[in-house]
Amino acid sequence: MILARPGRWIVGRLILALLALSSASACFAVSQIDTFEFSDEVQERRYRALIDEFRCPKCLNTNLAGSDAPIAQDLRKVVYRLVVIEAKADQEVRDYLQVRYGDFVLYDPPFNARTWYIWVVPIGLGLLGVFVILGLQRRVTGQSTVLDSSQQARLRSIVQGTAAADADGTAGAKNPETKS
Amino acid sequence: MNRASLFVPLGVFVLILTLGYVGFDLGARSELPSALINKPFPEFNARLLGRPEQSITRDDLLGQPTLVNVWATWCPTCLSEHEQLMQIAATTDVQIVGVNYKDRPDKALQWLAQFGNPYRWVLDDRDGLLGIEMGVYGAPETFLLDARGEVVYKRVGDINPRIWRSELAPRLLQLGVSIAGSDADGARQP
Repeated sequence: MILARPGRWIVGRLILALLALSSASACFAVSQIDTFEFSDEVQERRYRALIDEFRCPKCLNTNLAGSDAPIAQDLRKVVYRLVVIEAKADQEVRDYLQVRYGDFVLYDPPFNARTWYIWVVPIGLGLLGVFVILGLQRRVTGQSTVLDSSQQARLRSIVQGTAAADADGTAGAKNPETKS
Repeated sequence: MNRASLFVPLGVFVLILTLGYVGFDLGARSELPSALINKPFPEFNARLLGRPEQSITRDDLLGQPTLVNVWATWCPTCLSEHEQLMQIAATTDVQIVGVNYKDRPDKALQWLAQFGNPYRWVLDDRDGLLGIEMGVYGAPETFLLDARGEVVYKRVGDINPRIWRSELAPRLLQLGVSIAGSDADGARQP
């Protein structure tokens, strides 16, 4: 939930930016010419917040506020009626639309049998990524740890052999074992 | 590092491609699942088209399977599915109820006179309020109700011969509707 909101905000801005660049179909036109009257500011703010919150069922990724599709206009009227005339609470408005149009109209989908995977998969993939990174790190540090005694001995013999060969001034470095 | 593990990044890449493909494929689906499937059809009280003094309610639909078809004269797809509806009306005993959605009654009546009327009743939903109760977001949409008034199937888009054969006819047979010219097991087009 916490993650979904800023994500949605960014996506929303991106969509607006795209809209500004394109003269898309009526479905996408960001204009709202409804002339509703509100008795007070709180009511109007609630109405605006709610139509921002719902997804237009016709246009796959526009909210009710941003859509000129006929169904979005109708649903804005419904939200207005519920908020202003029938004085319903926000949650009652959400329930009203969800009963009729399904989880689709909610941008914050509930966690249920049909939607669990959209919540679980990103968390699962994130955890998987953390494990992969931890695993890789352990392998890298595992390789660079201290040499055991036989490796130490071999290293010493290589280093000494090279040193001896250099002192001889011969090309014997290729085969230091025989020289030492 | 063994040789096989060099292919792990390729595997991951293919996995990402596959997920992306599937994801975009899902996104292309423009039909919403209906919130009404396996739920009772909403209560309503609607006037009949052209007979405003007469109205019917949900109770009038009960007792037998019903196709509820949402249509309008401004909807070209509704015209293209009309012949299929006429055929269903002629060859089956399912009751078909039309919902004339956000339309002008005079145009709607003229349309029915011109192209034929497959409906037992046509409800006048000129302001689209019944449509909202039904979760309609465009036309045509068709709901199949069982005798108890529960929605067993919804189609967004036209009823064409393919949908009739593969989705609608088998469900009608299941509900006990008799279809002229069909086998007991199959759902061939009559």
